[in-house]
Amino acid sequence: MGDLFTNFFSGIIPMEAYIAVSLVMFFSGIYGFISRKSLLMILISIELILNSIDINFAVFNRYLYPEQMEGFFFALFTIAVSACETAVAIAIVINIYRNLNNVEVDSLNELQEPDEASENTEVLK
Amino acid sequence: MQYTLLILILPLLSFVVLGLVDSKWKPKVAGTIGTAVLGIVALLSYYTAWTYFSSAGISGVYQKIIPFQFEWLRFTEHLHIELGILLDPISVMMLVVISTVSLMVHIYSLGYMKSEKGFERYYAFLSLFTFSMLGLVVATNIFQMYIFWELVGVSSYLLIGFYYTKPEAVAASKKAFIVTRFADLFFLIGILFLSFYTKTFDFGILTSGDATVFASTAGASFMGISLMNWAMALIFIGGAGKSAMFPLHIWLPDAMEGPTPVSALIHAATMVVAGVYLVARLFPVYDLYAPDVLHGIAYVGAFTSLFAAVIACVQTDIKRVLAFSTISQIGFMMVGLGVSGMGGHHGLGYMASMFHLFTHAMFKALLFLGAGSIIHAVHSNEMSNMGGLRKYMPVTHITFLIACLAIAGIPPFSGFFSKDEILSATFEFSPYLGATMSLIAGLTAFYMFRLYYGIFWGKENKQHHTPHESPFAMLLPLVFLAVVTLFAGFIPFGEFVTNDGAPYEIHLNRTVAVISVVIAVISILLATVMYRKESVVPAKLGTTFAGLHKAASHRFYIDEVYMFITKKIIFKNISTPIAWFDRHVIDATMNGFAEVTQWTSVRIRGFQSGRVQQYAYVILLGALIITGLIIFI
Repeated sequence: MGDLFTNFFSGIIPMEAYIAVSLVMFFSGIYGFISRKSLLMILISIELILNSIDINFAVFNRYLYPEQMEGFFFALFTIAVSACETAVAIAIVINIYRNLNNVEVDSLNELQEPDEASENTEVLK
Repeated sequence: MQYTLLILILPLLSFVVLGLVDSKWKPKVAGTIGTAVLGIVALLSYYTAWTYFSSAGISGVYQKIIPFQFEWLRFTEHLHIELGILLDPISVMMLVVISTVSLMVHIYSLGYMKSEKGFERYYAFLSLFTFSMLGLVVATNIFQMYIFWELVGVSSYLLIGFYYTKPEAVAASKKAFIVTRFADLFFLIGILFLSFYTKTFDFGILTSGDATVFASTAGASFMGISLMNWAMALIFIGGAGKSAMFPLHIWLPDAMEGPTPVSALIHAATMVVAGVYLVARLFPVYDLYAPDVLHGIAYVGAFTSLFAAVIACVQTDIKRVLAFSTISQIGFMMVGLGVSGMGGHHGLGYMASMFHLFTHAMFKALLFLGAGSIIHAVHSNEMSNMGGLRKYMPVTHITFLIACLAIAGIPPFSGFFSKDEILSATFEFSPYLGATMSLIAGLTAFYMFRLYYGIFWGKENKQHHTPHESPFAMLLPLVFLAVVTLFAGFIPFGEFVTNDGAPYEIHLNRTVAVISVVIAVISILLATVMYRKESVVPAKLGTTFAGLHKAASHRFYIDEVYMFITKKIIFKNISTPIAWFDRHVIDATMNGFAEVTQWTSVRIRGFQSGRVQQYAYVILLGALIITGLIIFI
């Protein structure tokens, strides 16, 4: 930890600092994904996770392989893909809203088989 | 002679077209098409016969011609199956017989089946049958024959069960199919035996008399009987099934549930002689390599003939009388083949058998069509509902009488000549067998005239309406076949069909001829005394020989024996335990698998909650656990 602060205050930001930020973002995203009930909030959580990963890509590229560019480009790709994904997800959310009049994730259990264990048993016998 | 292919293709096309359009066309159109096609086929057959028999071949011996053949399946170098057309004296003769009788039946059915439901279906099946039967007789190899053999079985099944709303007809069709199919199993095993050792299916090679073909069968034996005897006996069992030889005859009397023209075509003239044809086709093999089987065939034929003749004397259903008479006559043909040798005078039995096949096809078809005409008028099969019909149905009466005289063996009707040849061949083989056959010939004359008098003479029965003569479409075939029956006996048959191809001049054996005519006349007189007017003699005889009479009218309880064997022995002791095993062991195992799977899935179905966040939570936990494992272990 000593090195971290020394470097921090000496104007050189160490890699661990970036990773720490990324880690906080990632787990905030995970927490949000699991705990939030609104689909929009879940979507934002996913964005958070993706962004934390982008940071990781950039940081690892910058610190470990400074002469190469793959990490940056991969981050760009990820941003593009996440944008698309968000667009699709928003479209789905809008459709869900039209059908259910809310965007609560718990109300989305229609794709599940109805709970008819007894009926299945009948068919098999 | 490539055009012979048309003889096969036309009926097949007719079947396909009529079967596909079903009731979309008017019945009359379907009937006309079927009949017209058969007319063409018949003309082609006559033309084939004309060209074949007028080209005498090499030094007057008729050769086997294969105008068309292609390889259908090739398994190995030796094992390959051809489909083709084989023309030799017997197949050409059969072409003529089948197409003639089939044409007559087609024309007849225009009248008989009129306004019957399923008229188009009927004609489609008739075409299918004609196709299969023609394919059977022109088969170039035993496997092709087997294929068509099964096809005639199927079309026979379809036609017997034509009135599929009648339970008896359904039962009869099933019975016919199962019994003949059971026999065909032995036929197939026989074919496999034969071809395994000879490495060929081809009739030409099998019947060439080439000893090298059969070299590998020498010494091979099973249970003390030589392999060739086994193979040929098994093949004969197949033939016996189709030709209704004892004890596989039980299906034929029941097959009379089908429409009467069908009985005339299939169960009198063509399909039932397939077994005779099979033996004739393989005759050189029987003669050279399995003479014991050949003699066995003679005795089976003789016994069947006697057995069926006795039953025919007491049946009251006119079609059944004719059915048993058919069985009896096929027995005659088998005897003719069984007592025959190869070539020249030794081949007399063979020639006679084929001759009898020819004449029998004509007069038996005539009898059946006549019976159909009577049933059409009276609406009953029972003799007790008939009587005195000669006034109302003059044409039917005369033609029926001609056929009766022919089958009884009265000159100059055709049956006399052919039956006489069989008898003289049999006398040369064994006087005892000859005497038996003469006795059966007498019985034949007796039961046929019992039938004749019962239908056309005797007390008139009160009918719901006055019986009337049948329409023209039904009378035409009757008259045509009657004319054929009158003159067929004068065909110099030996000139055309012998087992070595060389012409043979028939000499009437005077002694045998005189004896058989005397026996026939006595039997007819006896029948006249007993049945022309109402008489107490039959009833008295019935009570004197009560046991025999009862047994014969129950067909000697053969059906009951079959029922006993199948129901009480096979079903009870074999099928029931197997069914139990299937239900309680095999099915139970499978049910066990299903139940275990279901039990498990009910327990773990909670994981599939459909809640996205729960899934994410589980994924996260899993990832953490795996990470932890990787880091700390």
